[in-house]
Amino acid sequence: MKPTPVLVMQDICKSFPGVKALTDARLRLFPGEVHALMGQNGAGKSTLIKVLTGVESPDSGQILLKDQPIRPESVDDAQKLGISTVFQEVNLCPNLSVAENIFIGRFPMRGLAIDWKAIERDARKALLALNIDIDVTRTLSEFPVAIQQMVAIARALSTEAQVLILDEPTSSLDEDEVERLFDALRELKRKGIAILFVTHFLDQTYAISDRITVLRNGEFIGEYPAAELGRLELINTMVGRDIDEAGQAAKSASSADRPTDRPFISVQGLGAAGRMHPIDLDIYQGQVLGLGGLLGSGRTETARMLFGIDRAESGTIAIDGAPVRLNSPRKAVRQGIAFCPEDRKTEGIVADLSIRENIILALQARRGIFRYLPKRVQTAMADEYIKQLGIRTPDAEKPIGQLSGGNQQKALLARWLATEPKMLILDEPTRGIDIAAKLEIMDLVKTQCRKGLAILFISSEMSEVLRVSDRIAVLRDRQKVGEIDGKAADEQSVFRMIAGAEA
Amino acid sequence: MKNTLSQLTRSHLFWPCVTLVLLCLANVYFNPGFFDIEVKDGHLYGSVIDILNRAAPLMLIAMGMTLVIATRGIDISVGATVAIAGAVVAALIGGSLVIKDGVQTYVSNVPMPLAIVAALAVALLCGLWNGLLVAGAGMQPIVATLILMVAGRGVAQLITEGQIVTVYYEPFFFIGNGFIFGIPVSLYIVAVVLAVLLLLTKRTALGLFIESVGINPVASRFSGISARALVFWVYAFCAVTAGIAALIITSNVKSADANNAGLLLELDAILAVALGGTSLAGGRFYLIGTLIGALIIQTLTYAIYSLGVPPEINMVVKAIVVFGVCLIQSPALRDLLMKHAFRTGGTA
Amino acid sequence: MNLAGTINTRTLPLLVTSVLFALLFGFGSVSYDNFFSVQVFLNLLIDNAFVAVVAIGMTFVILTGGIDLSVGSIVALTTMVTAALVEQQHWSIWVVVPLVLAIGSLFGLLMGSLIHYFRMQPFIVTLGGMFLARGLCYVISIDSIAITDPTYAAISEYRISFGEEAFLSVSAIISLLTLALAIFLAQYTRFGRTVYAIGGNERSALLMGLPVGRTKILVYTLSGFCSALGGVLVTFYMLSGYGLHALGLEMDAIAAAVIGGTLLTGGVGYVAGSLVGVMILGVIQSLIAFDGSLSSWWTRIAIGVLLCAFCLMQRLLEQGGSNLGAIFSYWKKPAEGSAPAR
Repeated sequence: MKPTPVLVMQDICKSFPGVKALTDARLRLFPGEVHALMGQNGAGKSTLIKVLTGVESPDSGQILLKDQPIRPESVDDAQKLGISTVFQEVNLCPNLSVAENIFIGRFPMRGLAIDWKAIERDARKALLALNIDIDVTRTLSEFPVAIQQMVAIARALSTEAQVLILDEPTSSLDEDEVERLFDALRELKRKGIAILFVTHFLDQTYAISDRITVLRNGEFIGEYPAAELGRLELINTMVGRDIDEAGQAAKSASSADRPTDRPFISVQGLGAAGRMHPIDLDIYQGQVLGLGGLLGSGRTETARMLFGIDRAESGTIAIDGAPVRLNSPRKAVRQGIAFCPEDRKTEGIVADLSIRENIILALQARRGIFRYLPKRVQTAMADEYIKQLGIRTPDAEKPIGQLSGGNQQKALLARWLATEPKMLILDEPTRGIDIAAKLEIMDLVKTQCRKGLAILFISSEMSEVLRVSDRIAVLRDRQKVGEIDGKAADEQSVFRMIAGAEA
Repeated sequence: MKNTLSQLTRSHLFWPCVTLVLLCLANVYFNPGFFDIEVKDGHLYGSVIDILNRAAPLMLIAMGMTLVIATRGIDISVGATVAIAGAVVAALIGGSLVIKDGVQTYVSNVPMPLAIVAALAVALLCGLWNGLLVAGAGMQPIVATLILMVAGRGVAQLITEGQIVTVYYEPFFFIGNGFIFGIPVSLYIVAVVLAVLLLLTKRTALGLFIESVGINPVASRFSGISARALVFWVYAFCAVTAGIAALIITSNVKSADANNAGLLLELDAILAVALGGTSLAGGRFYLIGTLIGALIIQTLTYAIYSLGVPPEINMVVKAIVVFGVCLIQSPALRDLLMKHAFRTGGTA
Repeated sequence: MNLAGTINTRTLPLLVTSVLFALLFGFGSVSYDNFFSVQVFLNLLIDNAFVAVVAIGMTFVILTGGIDLSVGSIVALTTMVTAALVEQQHWSIWVVVPLVLAIGSLFGLLMGSLIHYFRMQPFIVTLGGMFLARGLCYVISIDSIAITDPTYAAISEYRISFGEEAFLSVSAIISLLTLALAIFLAQYTRFGRTVYAIGGNERSALLMGLPVGRTKILVYTLSGFCSALGGVLVTFYMLSGYGLHALGLEMDAIAAAVIGGTLLTGGVGYVAGSLVGVMILGVIQSLIAFDGSLSSWWTRIAIGVLLCAFCLMQRLLEQGGSNLGAIFSYWKKPAEGSAPAR
């Protein structure tokens, strides 16, 4: 490895109103290396990349490109300096040809007309350099996502980039496609390009990276050669060792009851190509099943299949021993399943409707149009849940969009509790809400569980999963790798499982 | 006092009402007898009654359109539906001269109730077609209803065989020209449809579901609402209101003109909805606001007539109203004004 | 660009349209005497020259994912302004034509600016533009104004002959020139490609550093220009200005674009397709005219049916489009390549 880094970020600080996103973050990139940037959700990875690509400007700190200080103002600006980015979602135009996607915005001209011959020739060359041999005159959307990803990389490199940033480029690729991508990255490495690789997949990190930088809570934790940092150590550095002691205490106090013998819902081999490997799950009434795993490990995918949003391609679901087909949320609701989605704003709340209307929505949907709950009953119900769940609002008529995240989440819980469900799926119920509200919501989960609900609990915060779960199904890379008893488990045992055999 | 005033201005009906009142005042200025109502032969006559009577078809269609727009949709085929339903009812009733008891009378070709039911059924069919394309095939609402808008007048002419079909059957004129207790029949029809709609949207969950689907279709689906079926029936209903409007229009002018019946009515209806305070982006809807919006359009037309300006120039005024309403609704403009207010406030 | 040779979801609608045109024309030739002649074909072009020009402008708007309802009214306004200036003020054609073209462009520019700067829906803004332009016609005059200017009459009657029995009008030539320019604009200029990029994915276009706002405004300006040019062609064709000219033309233009293979969601389509679309509308009219027993309203119904068929085809292709990736899976093994390994 050459001793001089091509890019250095020093002491980068960045705060947003109320949040300190980055505190003295550091990053060094050397020519010809693949450098993994790791960290949990909210660790500051995306902010660091935004600073580097000119989307956000840092409060303090400096960026050196070949020892020259730079301050990119926009993605375009950064690209002109030689820092190109490929974002998670392919940011190309699906309706244009492959060649055009590589060169649009900087077409070579011949007189008044675009020089298509030169574009096709150069595009072919650029893709061949990545070991891709395709007809560049075909439309981009005809190709699989992986090829589109490669085209995006080719576009990023066509500006003589020295630094290539890949922000979770593999999240929609299957194994073969990832391998293809990695081949191309190795090729680029040989040419001396510095690659910054952001991913949640541990296997991939070790497959391609030379060095790893870990961020936690916006702080720089360390920079390690990949070969010297074991998986378990990596996870520990990412998560930190501050295990929530209150959680341990709360757990030992509860869940003494034995669950019923037969699971409420029994899932066998539920899976869909490209989204989720077949998974087996049993969820009992009066129990919380936690889904443990890092982001992208298939937690949300599992939840969505169980609620009938995404269709499973294989496997069976049995409720109370009887096989059912859950192919729409409506059917799932009829079976007594409730679902609080991960993306509260776009999939959960109906922002302009009042808290009252949001709370009764699912119950009313099940009753149908004509068995309308009288307004008096609605108000009583809403007031009851506002009191019971501690939703902080002056009254039930306020639009739900004006509440804080935690109170919105509680109102969503109320929406489902009002339907008296048998199973509750909670996907990241504590995301983006303050710590007090988080504790309240976890307490609510335990209370409801004691009342006999079956609960599937998903969270990126392992301490939360440990705190509420009776059993934990551990997922890695869209695959279930094991199941452990929630009472016996601690973070280390879960992480060991996530890290896999070699740890 | 101040509190009630601010509450009043915040009500969604405030600005539509203010606009309507101002327009009426303008009318009074040009025509002092604007509010005069006289009783002739037991019927009420006067400018206000005239405006209400003429606005009836627009009010009906605009109510249907309100529901469609609330679900994030739009229906630009209502004008064509009016033409089709009008053609059906006119062709079925028609009227032929017979001599009965030595007196010349006109009788209808088929019994009038049957003809009316047939016209409404055909309108419903148009709506089901739109609903099928939007909710079933998943087409954009503008595109889906464009198809019927283009083909509809052709179908109407097919029914009328390219002629203007004149209706001679007397009892049919009652719908568009008759009076009950001195008040035009068309207003009773509007009142009945409004009552049914208010009942459905306030006393059943329909209103809640429509608003929910319009604001957040995904969250609504996840809550177990069958959004597709809802959208489907909303288009069907909108077409039925167009069918009822067609009955009034046909009866009023005693003929069906496939080319011109309900021409540009879809645009007036959309305008009425927007004027009434319902956002064109869907969500919360205001039926009463829509009615006031329809009255604003009709009063404006009346004012322009009474000014002696050619009625066609009405379009220029309408255009200015469209731009004005949209600019007020535009969040971008609000941001711009806020920024400006902030800046001037800061420097002062 | 290698357009020929590849039949895919992009070119299929255009191909279907062209075949359909050939079939309709062939059907006419077999069914009616005197139908199969070069002049019947050229007459389609002559009679629909203004529709073609307007549809070309509309195609650009639709390619960005927008819509322009004001085109018919701008055509009418153009005829009205032309007639008023030429007949009542006795202005020269060489002043009037550039002036009306400028007015049309300005109209489009203003609407585009409203759409871009105030993020208003194109449908509503151009609806307002439609009312405004029609209303302004009546401000000039309620009645039709005949154009008796000798220059106009001369242009109107001038025929360019090809061989013995075939000729084209000035309007048809102008529409063909417009088409050629539009194809060049769409396929060989940065503006044209940005139009396609915006229709494909506006957010991506922004991230790729393309001038999205400017292009959107320019597209409506172009449509305004094309409408005004269409209006000029109408004055040559009808020799009058009237507020009721080109009533409902916007729907014909949209229908022609859709039938010509342009996706109403934007990003996909060819300008040339819209000409074929216009020709199909024309040939349907001719067929019905030749038949004699069928009434003219069948035209509207036929257009509606075609529109519906093409919209449904587009929906199918859209849905199939996402599966196309799976069909063209270059890397996957032929059998169950993507099935998860357990």
